Amino acid sequence: MDGKGSSRIVRNVTCMLSVPVMVFGLYVVLHGHLTPGGGFAGGAVMATFIALFMVSFGKDISRRLDSGPFSVSESLALLAFVGIALLGIQVTFFSNFLANSGLLFGLTVPFGTNPGFLGTGGVTPLMNLAVGLEVFSGLSLILIVMFRSGGDGDNA
Amino acid sequence: MRKGIKAVTLAVLFSLFLLTAVSVHPFGRPPETGMDDYFILNGQEQTGCNNIVTSVVFDYRGIDTLIEAAVLFAAVMGVFMVFGRDVNGW
Repeated sequence: MDGKGSSRIVRNVTCMLSVPVMVFGLYVVLHGHLTPGGGFAGGAVMATFIALFMVSFGKDISRRLDSGPFSVSESLALLAFVGIALLGIQVTFFSNFLANSGLLFGLTVPFGTNPGFLGTGGVTPLMNLAVGLEVFSGLSLILIVMFRSGGDGDNA
Repeated sequence: MRKGIKAVTLAVLFSLFLLTAVSVHPFGRPPETGMDDYFILNGQEQTGCNNIVTSVVFDYRGIDTLIEAAVLFAAVMGVFMVFGRDVNGW
């Protein structure tokens, strides 16, 4: 790789794949309480796109990716995770105070097999979102920092 | 001499592993089912999640997930310490 990245075809396909990959990652995160998956898997799917972007666009463009916003969002997501857990402290740490309450994500789910309703789950979808953002930002940060630091020849 | 020791050690280990593999309880029938039955019977109504795994991971065993996320955070900090010498803007 000479810093220019892959060919025009690969770069165009990467641009076209950006929307499906991100939408699928968000779907896995948001439906974590209904289908297999969840925050960890969905965040990893979304971070895969950052890797694809770096590989196809090469060093010159990827070096300009700023690590600041990813760092901030990772810290905020972990803080949000602990904060949601602390909100239920009047029962216990990590108590699901939103389940069956009628508020956000508070619908009552019928027992047994059902089609799956997005508005159920209590705090679980919120925690899935926080963990998904944390995993996406963390893996992207690892990729960005290692990609920027390696391959120079002077500090490899 | 060394070959004999090797053969005896291999035979003992193989027989031990074989004994363990034979004596494992059958698949899908754990000896203790109390906790599994509790999660399956009450998980949907208590947490509202259709996915029992998610209800265990994010509700019943939430602290485990918290430590897991903290481990990822620590891994990112370690990568920054090793590779982040010339990273500006952090």
